[in-house]
Amino acid sequence: MTVLNTSNLTIDFGGFVAINNVNFSLEGGEKHAIIGPNGAGKTTFFNLITGHLKPSRGEVSFKDKTITALAPHKIVKLGLARSFQRINIFPRMTVFENIQTSLIARDNKHFNFFSPGSAQNREETRELLELVGLEDEFAEIAGELAYGKQKQLELAISLAENPTVLLLDEPTAGMSPQETSVAIALVDEIAKARKLTLLFTEHDMSVVFGIADRISVLHHGEIIASGSPDAVRSDPEVRRVYLGESDDAAA
Amino acid sequence: MDMLLSSPSFAFIQVLNSISLGMNLFIIAAGLSLIFGVLRVINFAHGVFYMFGAYIMYTVSKDLQLGFFTGVIAAAVGLSVIAIIVERGLFQWLYDKEHLLQLLLTFAIVLIMGDMAKIIWGTDQLSVSYPEGLGGASNVGFTFYPTYRLMLCVVGPLIFFGLWFLIERTRWGRLTRAATQDMEMLSALGINVPIIYVTIFVIGSALAGVGGSLAAPINSPTPGMDATIIVECFVIVIIGGLGSLWGTFVGALIYGFVFNFGSVIVPNWQDVFAFLLLMAVLLIRPWGLFGKPEQEGH
Amino acid sequence: MSWNISRGVLATCIIVVLLLICVPLTESRYLIDLSTEILVYALFALSLNVIIGFSGNVSFGHAAYFAIGGYANAILLTTYGWPLIFAFPAAVILSGVAAAFVAYFCTRLTDIYFAMLTLAFSMLVWAIAFKWRSVTGGDDGFVGVTVPAFIDTRVPFFYFTLIIVTISCITLWLICHSAFGQSLIAVRENLTRAGFIGVNTRLMRGIAFVIAGTFAGVAGAIFAMYNRGVYTESAFWAESAQVLIMTLLGGMYSFFGPAIGAAALYLLERFSNEYTEYWPTVLGVILLIIVLVLPEGLVGLAKRLKTRFMGGN
Repeated sequence: MTVLNTSNLTIDFGGFVAINNVNFSLEGGEKHAIIGPNGAGKTTFFNLITGHLKPSRGEVSFKDKTITALAPHKIVKLGLARSFQRINIFPRMTVFENIQTSLIARDNKHFNFFSPGSAQNREETRELLELVGLEDEFAEIAGELAYGKQKQLELAISLAENPTVLLLDEPTAGMSPQETSVAIALVDEIAKARKLTLLFTEHDMSVVFGIADRISVLHHGEIIASGSPDAVRSDPEVRRVYLGESDDAAA
Repeated sequence: MDMLLSSPSFAFIQVLNSISLGMNLFIIAAGLSLIFGVLRVINFAHGVFYMFGAYIMYTVSKDLQLGFFTGVIAAAVGLSVIAIIVERGLFQWLYDKEHLLQLLLTFAIVLIMGDMAKIIWGTDQLSVSYPEGLGGASNVGFTFYPTYRLMLCVVGPLIFFGLWFLIERTRWGRLTRAATQDMEMLSALGINVPIIYVTIFVIGSALAGVGGSLAAPINSPTPGMDATIIVECFVIVIIGGLGSLWGTFVGALIYGFVFNFGSVIVPNWQDVFAFLLLMAVLLIRPWGLFGKPEQEGH
Repeated sequence: MSWNISRGVLATCIIVVLLLICVPLTESRYLIDLSTEILVYALFALSLNVIIGFSGNVSFGHAAYFAIGGYANAILLTTYGWPLIFAFPAAVILSGVAAAFVAYFCTRLTDIYFAMLTLAFSMLVWAIAFKWRSVTGGDDGFVGVTVPAFIDTRVPFFYFTLIIVTISCITLWLICHSAFGQSLIAVRENLTRAGFIGVNTRLMRGIAFVIAGTFAGVAGAIFAMYNRGVYTESAFWAESAQVLIMTLLGGMYSFFGPAIGAAALYLLERFSNEYTEYWPTVLGVILLIIVLVLPEGLVGLAKRLKTRFMGGN
């Protein structure tokens, strides 16, 4: 069952067409990777889906509901969450408060003037912190955490929404190989436990071919291939784009 | 109002008044717009810079009797020096900090320089004479009009053209435009970004000084003139679009016309017009006529 | 209901209130007046911080709501002879409504345009107060405010102010530490992320603005009676700048910071005026210090010193 669908999705930045007529569909329960060279438009694509950018043409639908250019906070409420490539947390709040506030928003308590903020969802916050391995850092100021831990927090905030579909924008960016395998194992485990559909962008091919059920390749704003890892690996167009380019770079 | 309709020469004089006012304001506002365009900061101190320009003109042309034109040069040089001190001494420490702090810094300058002006030049209204040769009136067809104001109508577009050329047609201008897009990239390419910042700040402030010196014969130097001018500059750059040179030019003209005809048609309410105009623009099209809408979420 | 207030903070607040209650016992007119004014400005600054410290926007025109509260209260009490019990709330509601009107448009804009619009609106209020002589007294000001008999003298008025300001502060504190308040901080910390956790950031910022405007109106309404007059200066940008500096001087990231900043700035001004007529320069230097060295204000400084001398957490 298709949970996320884009049709003819296009965005034109005054002459520069970053995303060109993309028809994409995401099946429920799958782990789908989007790969492509730098500048291919992966983050732009995510921004279009999650309401951060308005497309010039085309539609995005989530579970059969059109969400094109809907405000981000409304899309989140439908069950679609995302993490960001650059760390996007609440820097001056503690780790605990970062999660707690996300849960408050999930439960629509953010207009509640009469209950103390610090008393909300404490148990669930603790559980979520344990889930991503941050239970020891709960009192730390989020902005002062090490990069890897901030990424974990990033993930936890996205999960706080109880999404059914999770978009991860380069979840292992900036991580060492060791940190990467730990992070990916965690994501895999959580996705299985919570029955999440995963759509993620990645540069690290070991990650991609390790856990993805399906892969789509984005190049110059267009999807040039989409299918199982083996199919994509042997696709001539994909090889040309990746290997052809690295040949040029070597020369 | 009836005067406007019944007397074409009166109307024509008002048109010239609007244009000359607009042009004088353009010179000043251009500096503000330039600084915002590159440094992304509204320099509240632009008003006191203008005021200092007027005061310097007084000292040079009246006190020291060195001539009007010398006064203009002195204003430009003086403000350039002040700008370098402010930018290198204070401003550069705040480039990566929050905008609010930068704005407050410029406001601190307003407070301090405002008092400095009082200490140096006193609190009386001073008068600056028109330069020789430009003090009388010229024949503009069916009426006479102050030559000095005609001069402003000419100098304004000249400065516009000069700035336009500098920004659009020189290598330095291209670097500056690139700096507004991507500071880090430029720096990574080995371009000396701080020099660009200082230069822009100096040019912008010098424009304020020149504008002040040119305005001195008409708007006698007096404490508090910075407050009036900064509001007018705000209105102009918001109407025209922050960071757009052409926008500032058009905005200044629009302001000149609205203010002048406003004070003729509905006297005593012209200050309200300025704010109404400002609000209208901010409500309908905040990025002004020639500006670019900014993305929400930053 | 476990409202989390540290024992130290609570104790300090109680001590401050007790000290204030004792102020009239000194029989010093100077001290009573000083305390009344500081209370008013403390509330004014606390209200502004809901916008700056808690929702992350900057307002250059907060004085507008102070002025509206003041003029409305003065006019209703004096020109229309309303009893205080109706005039005061009406004035406050009017400030809130004005704030709602401005907030609707401001929240559509980002940073600098947001600030510009708040400034434009407050100067519009100033201009109207200036021109509408028949109602507001123009630049002569609205003088001779009818103050109800029960607070017509210094000491009762002081206690009236103390009660209203204390209740307002408690209310603001509860709001800022509620689930709403915490979500507002998230909006300040990361506008994009707040949207992506499901918060309607525009609405949140708007509500914060209205709350701020309402309490500024309370401060203004009190001040109108204290001063027995309302002047156009109340709406001028200089007034907005002053309360902004108070908020920052105290510390925008703490709840009580702005109140401390209000007291500090007020006392500094009084002190400075004894020795020099160049208060603007002194203020400018204070601003430079805040901006370059102490962006987190006096409270931030205190926290840093505490960590330094008490070693870590």
